[in-house]
Amino acid sequence: MAILTSSIARKVAMALSGLFLVVFLAQHFTINVTAVIDPDTFNSLSHFMGHNFFVQFIAQPILIFGVIFHFVMGLVLEIRNRSARQISYKSFKGNKNSTWASRNMIISGAVILAFLGLHFYDFWFPEIVHKYVESHPEDATRYYGELVQKFESPIRTALYCLSFVLLALHLWHGFSSSFQSMGWNNKYSKGLRGFTQFYAIFIPLGFVFIALYLHFNQ
Amino acid sequence: MKLTLKIWRQKNANTKGELKTYPIDGIEGDMSFLEMLDVLNEELINKGDEPVVFDHDCREGICGSCSLQINGEPHGPDRLVTTCQLHMRMFNDGDTIVIEPFRAKAFPVIKDLVVDRTSFERIQQAGGYISVNTSGNTIDANAIPVNKQDADDSFNAATCIGCGACVAACKNASAMLFTSAKVSQFALLPQGKVEATERVLNMVAQMDKEGFGNCTNTGACEIECPKGISLENIARMNREYLNASIKG
Amino acid sequence: MSILDSKIPEGPLADKWTKHKNDVNLVNPANKRNIDVIVVGTGLAGGSAAATLAELGYNVKTFCYQDSPRRAHSIAAQGGINAAKNYQGDGDSNYRLFYDTVKGGDYRSREGNVYRLAEVSANIIDQCVAQGVPFAREYGGMLDNRSFGGVLVSRTFYAKGQTGQQLLLGAYSAMNRQINRGKITPFNRHEMLDLVIVDGKARGIIARDLVSGKIERHSAHAVVIASGGYGNVFFLSTNAMGSNATAAWKIHKRGAYFANPCYTQIHPTCIPVSGDHQSKLTLMSESLRNDGRIWVPKKKEDAIAIREGKKKAKDLSEDERDYYLERRYPSFGNLVPRDVASRAAKERCDAGFGVNKTGQAVFLDFASAIERYGKEQAAMHGNHNPSKEEITKLGKQVIENKYGNLFQMYEKIVDENPYESPMMIYPAVHYTMGGIWVDYNLQSTIPGCYVTGEANFSDHGANRLGASALMQGLADGYFVLPYTIGDYLSKDIKTGPIPTDTKEFDEAENKVLQQLETLINNNGKHSVDYFHKKLGHIMWNKCGMARNATDLASAMTEIRALREEFWKDVKVPGELNEMNAELEKAMRVADFLELGELFAKDALHRNESCGGHFREEYQTEEGEALRDDENFMYVAAWEYTGDPAQEILHKEELKYENIEVKSRSYK
Repeated sequence: MAILTSSIARKVAMALSGLFLVVFLAQHFTINVTAVIDPDTFNSLSHFMGHNFFVQFIAQPILIFGVIFHFVMGLVLEIRNRSARQISYKSFKGNKNSTWASRNMIISGAVILAFLGLHFYDFWFPEIVHKYVESHPEDATRYYGELVQKFESPIRTALYCLSFVLLALHLWHGFSSSFQSMGWNNKYSKGLRGFTQFYAIFIPLGFVFIALYLHFNQ
Repeated sequence: MKLTLKIWRQKNANTKGELKTYPIDGIEGDMSFLEMLDVLNEELINKGDEPVVFDHDCREGICGSCSLQINGEPHGPDRLVTTCQLHMRMFNDGDTIVIEPFRAKAFPVIKDLVVDRTSFERIQQAGGYISVNTSGNTIDANAIPVNKQDADDSFNAATCIGCGACVAACKNASAMLFTSAKVSQFALLPQGKVEATERVLNMVAQMDKEGFGNCTNTGACEIECPKGISLENIARMNREYLNASIKG
Repeated sequence: MSILDSKIPEGPLADKWTKHKNDVNLVNPANKRNIDVIVVGTGLAGGSAAATLAELGYNVKTFCYQDSPRRAHSIAAQGGINAAKNYQGDGDSNYRLFYDTVKGGDYRSREGNVYRLAEVSANIIDQCVAQGVPFAREYGGMLDNRSFGGVLVSRTFYAKGQTGQQLLLGAYSAMNRQINRGKITPFNRHEMLDLVIVDGKARGIIARDLVSGKIERHSAHAVVIASGGYGNVFFLSTNAMGSNATAAWKIHKRGAYFANPCYTQIHPTCIPVSGDHQSKLTLMSESLRNDGRIWVPKKKEDAIAIREGKKKAKDLSEDERDYYLERRYPSFGNLVPRDVASRAAKERCDAGFGVNKTGQAVFLDFASAIERYGKEQAAMHGNHNPSKEEITKLGKQVIENKYGNLFQMYEKIVDENPYESPMMIYPAVHYTMGGIWVDYNLQSTIPGCYVTGEANFSDHGANRLGASALMQGLADGYFVLPYTIGDYLSKDIKTGPIPTDTKEFDEAENKVLQQLETLINNNGKHSVDYFHKKLGHIMWNKCGMARNATDLASAMTEIRALREEFWKDVKVPGELNEMNAELEKAMRVADFLELGELFAKDALHRNESCGGHFREEYQTEEGEALRDDENFMYVAAWEYTGDPAQEILHKEELKYENIEVKSRSYK
């Protein structure tokens, strides 16, 4: 399949990588939500994720590849899309026929990407440094404390919350759209759309809740 | 009705164009949008100016000649109509109306509001047919029963008039709705299944070659389509394309 | 014997075509590659001919003024296409289709041609289905049919109200296949402006590229004209804005006889004129008369009250309504042929019973059909005691299924919901039965110049039945011309390419250039539309639904005067070498201004009423058309001599051996 040349193949690749990230998001959320319910569970889950061979050396690289792929492909598509209309309209009323979220995936995507930078800076790099560069003794109970500490800053908390709103917009369109891209549009699509939109609100809202909870429970 | 028209004027493909303002008076609600332009042109001719050139022919919403981006929407603010069926009763006295050509790299402007849509023709030539000879020596029309729903869906896809509103409305200038309607029309019928694989691969390849954008599933095309061609066709084409890619 | 030889083959009617096909010369496949054919017009007749000829191996060049062949006005045909398939088992046959068509044409068409048309009609449906045309189907998967005017069987195949569109897309897809193979070269946005004749044979055309404005020469071994009818001579018609007679008129001026120009079909069910700004009229398919009942109020005061907006159609009870078609023609009712229905509407409106503001409209009412279908549907769903609302709801669904796009179109134009209140309709110019005279082979009086579809005169006589135009266009293009043109081309296998640098091409090109330059440099006072509208007024008022000798004579004088004024005073802005819509229009209107005069002359000479040609002097006591078979049972073919008023009449006598000629009755 000519992944790099055909428009449809590119869209399908975009959809598949997106769906993969959607699944990852659910997993990420499930672990995070335990921080609100029971810090011990959170610690043990985090420790498992941080030290399991499969998670660290197989799932994690795939995930990072997925993120990069989704981003690069999104950019490639965007460049192509912009070149398809070289002289723009003086008057263009996109809001009459489509949602803001669907027209601005590149913006919501870019914000999410910036957020990922921050997120990596906050958690991933320190974690890698902690584990593989500086050799600290293993401490399976440190995760919750580190987490709470990060959400002390109101600015960081606010940035996280804003990013989650854009994540919601990105998912609102992207999740259901991925099924259309893969050719799945039938009598079940309406129900599926309902589910994807629920998901698009619920998961980011959950993340917002966790961030605020941690911020206000210092 | 008194209106202010801002119309894209461009001498030919090689010159730069611009929006020019024309006041117009005496417009009635019963006039179609194109009849309003007729009135303007008559005035321009009588004044010794060059009339505005725009594509139009049947003026009953079926030939697909008329185009025009009117106040930021292809075929104007009304739904399920072409510009020739858009009536002035949709506007109010004192309105300003911006009229531009359909914009896409694959639809270069020829003059004023006329664009070149032959990219659509080339997509159809790439496979939009069933390879049977027109000799008439074929099987009886009723020899293959066709499921009514399939026949109706095929018909609905085939009502596409090839006007290009889908491309004009799409923020990416994508031709997926058009191409998918042409693919679906044949894919849904038993007669069309024989060549389905090659057809979808060739037509999509040609569509890409013409420089149209990608589909982002905003759904703008479906809403602006004067014939109400459904997004289901795009999903069907994606499906057909995946199947064909795996097979071929 | 007249100089017109129709070349109808000998033998029994049903065997003529088969015998002819066996007798004609063929061109071998290798030689076909060396033969070029030009096809002007890409509607059903031109598109199908181009596809088939290319498929056979000829090199085809197609010309159309639209930006795509698929936009030709065949696309706008709504109701359906006839074929003697007898799928309904209601007694249909080739003979019955032949009979209905000849009778519908008021015994003014050729027996041999019409029978051939009926004979190949069934093939058309097979062919189109194989091509993927999505005709309407029943739940069992079989093709559905409906009825049209002037017949007693259901033989019309359809695709909702967009049959023409679907058939044209079918023909265009066949063209695309050949374009892809390189056998058809399409010249879109090109207009033919003259025919080039070399040694007495049609050998090419002069065309203008409508984008660059350049004049081009194109040569071929034969030229096929499939450019449609000349209804736009009336300015307001159901034709497309660009539909024109130029190709046909130019070949007429080069020697092709023009037959029966006065036979024009005024279609009974169109949306009435709403004002002076109107640019075209919109048809509401004849298929609506399957379910719609036509009426006006019985009492004049009710009609006046409706006109003034004091009463609504719904306020009138059944016995206050005059279903005049059902009253006058009980056996065909609302499904009488178009000419009859149109005249009946005009008669009621002229008598003061019209129902819109201008008094020029009648009602087309679906209330009883909605009720009938609603009850049927309720019963099918097991509801044997439905409420009135349920019936209406279900009934509306059925109507929407059948005619949805037409109802929507009506609502958009008129701003009134036709599901709630009856449609208002009035006759409008729709189709021209007259056209270039052709023989059985579809060849005009110029050797090598063939004419198909609405552009020729051949099959519909003085009135065309509904759903027969699509049938004729496709029959000519797919099944007739490809055989008959081979007979002619078989003599051309050694000719080789036709050069375009000859004096004949020089002469034709110069003539075209001269005309274009005259127009562009004229610097007159009035726009082209000004003259076109004036011509339309003369035509509609004096050569319209009812004609008389005095009016026709004065129409001739007026058109001639208008033509002179046009050449003196028309204003065409812009330049020659660019896209110039006004210049295109000016060229077309210049031809209409000549054709209009011949039209009136033909109508004036035909001292009888037949089909679409109704002369007030010749009618029965009940107001029906009165034919004069003794003196006028002929095709009037006119020869151009330099002036439309001075054209010479040639007669092709019509012989009826297989059908009894009687007065046409739909009572």
